[in-house]
Amino acid sequence: MEVVRQPASEAADFRARQLKARDMLRGDLEGQDLDKYVEERVLTTTLDKAVDWARGNSLFPLTFGLACCAIEMMSIVGARLDIARFGFEAFRASPRQADLLILSGRVSIKMAPIVRRIYDQMLEPKYAIAMGACSSSMGVFNNYAIVPADKFMPVDVHVPGCPPRPEALMHGIIQLRSMVQHDPSMGWRERYGGEGTEEVVPGA
Amino acid sequence: MPDATGLELLARDLRERDAASILDTVFFRGQATLIAAPESIVETLEALRERGYRFLASVHGSDEYPHEPRLAVHYQLLDMDALDRVAVKLRVTVAEPRVPSVTPQWPTADHQEREIFDMFGVVFDGHPDLRRILMPEDYEGHPQRRDFPIGGEPILFTHNETTTPRWFA
Repeated sequence: MEVVRQPASEAADFRARQLKARDMLRGDLEGQDLDKYVEERVLTTTLDKAVDWARGNSLFPLTFGLACCAIEMMSIVGARLDIARFGFEAFRASPRQADLLILSGRVSIKMAPIVRRIYDQMLEPKYAIAMGACSSSMGVFNNYAIVPADKFMPVDVHVPGCPPRPEALMHGIIQLRSMVQHDPSMGWRERYGGEGTEEVVPGA
Repeated sequence: MPDATGLELLARDLRERDAASILDTVFFRGQATLIAAPESIVETLEALRERGYRFLASVHGSDEYPHEPRLAVHYQLLDMDALDRVAVKLRVTVAEPRVPSVTPQWPTADHQEREIFDMFGVVFDGHPDLRRILMPEDYEGHPQRRDFPIGGEPILFTHNETTTPRWFA
């Protein structure tokens, strides 16, 4: 759902609307005039849509950095990218207050239970972004000590890169927002008519 | 760093004290290494300390897989007055990986011996608290050994692809 702003009105128009509002409060408006007045001023939507819109525009990420990707994650709150434009700037230090977990870096097998516990402590609705190659596919640290995030927790968005640029993480968060608002963009699938090809079954 | 002659003199002095303590000497690319016998490593390091090598800079392990005995423990000693370094190395087998701990004499070796135990499975007799230090306590195996599987996710690189990829044709 998008908010459409009305163009700035003329001063005379503003005065006319002021007078009309005064008439309405007095009870002088009747019939068609009253209907028109109400239609102009009431926004109709469903509660679900309104909640989705609010939720998608106020995700609180958790203050949680794992490795080098965390440096890139920190820079998205800075002045250049300024994630506050989308309402994500409030990094919360407690999982109870956060609803977005950004896995920024490699997860070792000793860290995985801790990450899982933090994820479990977050309140519903909660979302997770696997940032960078390590937390998605273990990247260059593909050895005995590292575990990919999909093995121990659900992940909503994977952001590739080593590390991803802050813009890439930003794009991931925007994708998550459109998912939260039930308006997911299919990306290239939409353009090439490739819906339904998301699941890759090995050996099929 | 003692030169090749200095290393031989050092080995001769140590052998005079205990003939079986030094098995061999290696001088390679300017680094002097004494190959020591595992049983008398504590006494060997103490004798070197009396000669001025008072600082144990590092203890680490390695696995020299095709060669037997496979596991090696390296001790890097530093003489801070003469700015002189010497390395002491010992080798043990995988079947009997037991080395006397030098932690009572050199407290810095505590965590480093625990790491060697964790990664290579060398057991240090006399260590006050020989537990895993990096891997979880219930982990099985010693991951830095050469015969330990690399683990992780299998990823197809061009060198281990079994067929020509579709995009290549």
